[in-house]
Amino acid sequence: MKPRRNVWAGFGSTAWLIVVALPLYVMISATIQTQQGYSSHGPLSFPTTFTLDNYVGAFTSGFGLYFINTLIVTLSVVAIVVVLVPPLCYSIVRSRSRFATGVFRLFLLGLAVPSTAVIVPIFYLISVAGLYDNLLGVILPTAAFALPVCTLIMSGTMRDITPELYEAMAVDGATPVRTFFQLVMPLSKGGLSTIIVFSALQAWNGFLFPLILTQSESTRVITLGLFNFQTQYGVNVPGLLAAVVLSMLPVLLVYLFARRALVQGLMGMGGK
Amino acid sequence: MTTLAPRKRSARSGGPSVGRPGAVWAVPATIFFALFALVPLIFVGVLSFTSWSGLADPVFVGFDNWVKLIADPILTKSFGLTGLFVILGLITQTPLSILLGVWAAGHQKNRAVLSAIYFVPLLLSSAAISILWRALLDPNFGIPGQLPWLFGDGNLFGKQASAIAVLTFVSMWQFTPFHTLIYQGAARAIPPVLYQAAQIDGAGTVRQFFSVTLPQLRNSIITSGILMVVGGLTTFDTVLILTNGGPGTDTTITAFYMYQKAFRAFDFGQASAIAVVLVVIATAISLLVVRLSGYDKMQSAQEGI
Repeated sequence: MKPRRNVWAGFGSTAWLIVVALPLYVMISATIQTQQGYSSHGPLSFPTTFTLDNYVGAFTSGFGLYFINTLIVTLSVVAIVVVLVPPLCYSIVRSRSRFATGVFRLFLLGLAVPSTAVIVPIFYLISVAGLYDNLLGVILPTAAFALPVCTLIMSGTMRDITPELYEAMAVDGATPVRTFFQLVMPLSKGGLSTIIVFSALQAWNGFLFPLILTQSESTRVITLGLFNFQTQYGVNVPGLLAAVVLSMLPVLLVYLFARRALVQGLMGMGGK
Repeated sequence: MTTLAPRKRSARSGGPSVGRPGAVWAVPATIFFALFALVPLIFVGVLSFTSWSGLADPVFVGFDNWVKLIADPILTKSFGLTGLFVILGLITQTPLSILLGVWAAGHQKNRAVLSAIYFVPLLLSSAAISILWRALLDPNFGIPGQLPWLFGDGNLFGKQASAIAVLTFVSMWQFTPFHTLIYQGAARAIPPVLYQAAQIDGAGTVRQFFSVTLPQLRNSIITSGILMVVGGLTTFDTVLILTNGGPGTDTTITAFYMYQKAFRAFDFGQASAIAVVLVVIATAISLLVVRLSGYDKMQSAQEGI
């Protein structure tokens, strides 16, 4: 776009790199120091001690359990999304009924509902349903709030399938079920991986619903575990940050190996 | 969204109607979504006319919550703070993410590598980000203690101005990558021929940015702006972890106040009334921006991503 070197852009981009990377560096450097080393030298100094005790400490204070809980929530949310969204989008894209058009509008409208605003009624509904302090109570609303964006992404993908292919299937006398499994799903793999990554990220990083819908140790997820660590061991910064690093690790691994799907999933957050 | 409209038509109309799915295919997802997202939205309005402490059943109390709402000085203060927080977010994140997005839209290799690092904050939960910054900015063990020439006495959470600055900065750190992503996609969609034309007319880089890039990014600026406003209005996890609304109630923005009313004071009716106000304001602002900008009337193919 700009053929000649742009000094100001180089300067600005480096400055922002420092803003983004410095905290991440400080975080990692803090976690490999002893608490005493960290507090006596300050966060910006180069580590002079080395230890992995902080990570061990995070696990012994219950992090393993939080990890499993978060994994259960994440997998369940992804499962719900994967089961519900493709048939929905197939109907939105191909059905001739007015209902399907209305449904699409409904989901577009749903994009604008901020989850913060409905925490009170959700708390009420989940309590009445007897799902308070139960992982299922976290899973259901988390999945529901991931649906609008996933619907938008998935219907976009399915619209890219040319009508000729559908017609060819129809000429062969294929039922909607067969068309769905033999044509639509194989050609929507890109969209499918995007919605999997998006919903997994939402579930893994979710904080609001676990905060208001669970309370006991046995149903605690990672984000809530971090929050609790902070109030309990706020002074032990290296220990706390080790827990933060552990919570990020799975997402960062996905970022390394599935960057494309992840970035597309994130774009989806903009409702585009 | 609008770009999809013409294609949608071609896929739906025409062709044989054999083998088309019925509306039944959409029913399970719709019911599920309605139950957990739309019913609560309606229900929050109902709850705002009740008194409920979370234990017994809600009791209908008419307009009590709404009367109390008007007379609540903390709520009035929270509106001002929320407005300030939203505006600070807009003026810090918008220019930065436009510049970064346009920059990252270039296909140079080093830009791709740097962009990969820029996007890392996006992957992290608000909880992790807030805890990280809380630790980094700790008055005793954090960065401020090490750089007194920059941070003075170092207690950033003890004064209103610096506490708001911290919240604004952390939001910027957290959300700029996302808006950068929007602008990056939009900037890549600008036809190169526009830049070629500008070059022939003798426009330099800066002139090209203001006369070609910015006007072409118009719709993305609106989209990203709406997301920032709605996001800022409903932010509360960052506030909860970083400042807990303090010092005093000096960073108690409306969404956080609602949370406090509900889950600390167990006054769910009052909290519902606040939630209704939030939803109405967020919707009104979005509609207003869309209307004023003429976004809804635009049919151009050069919009958004």
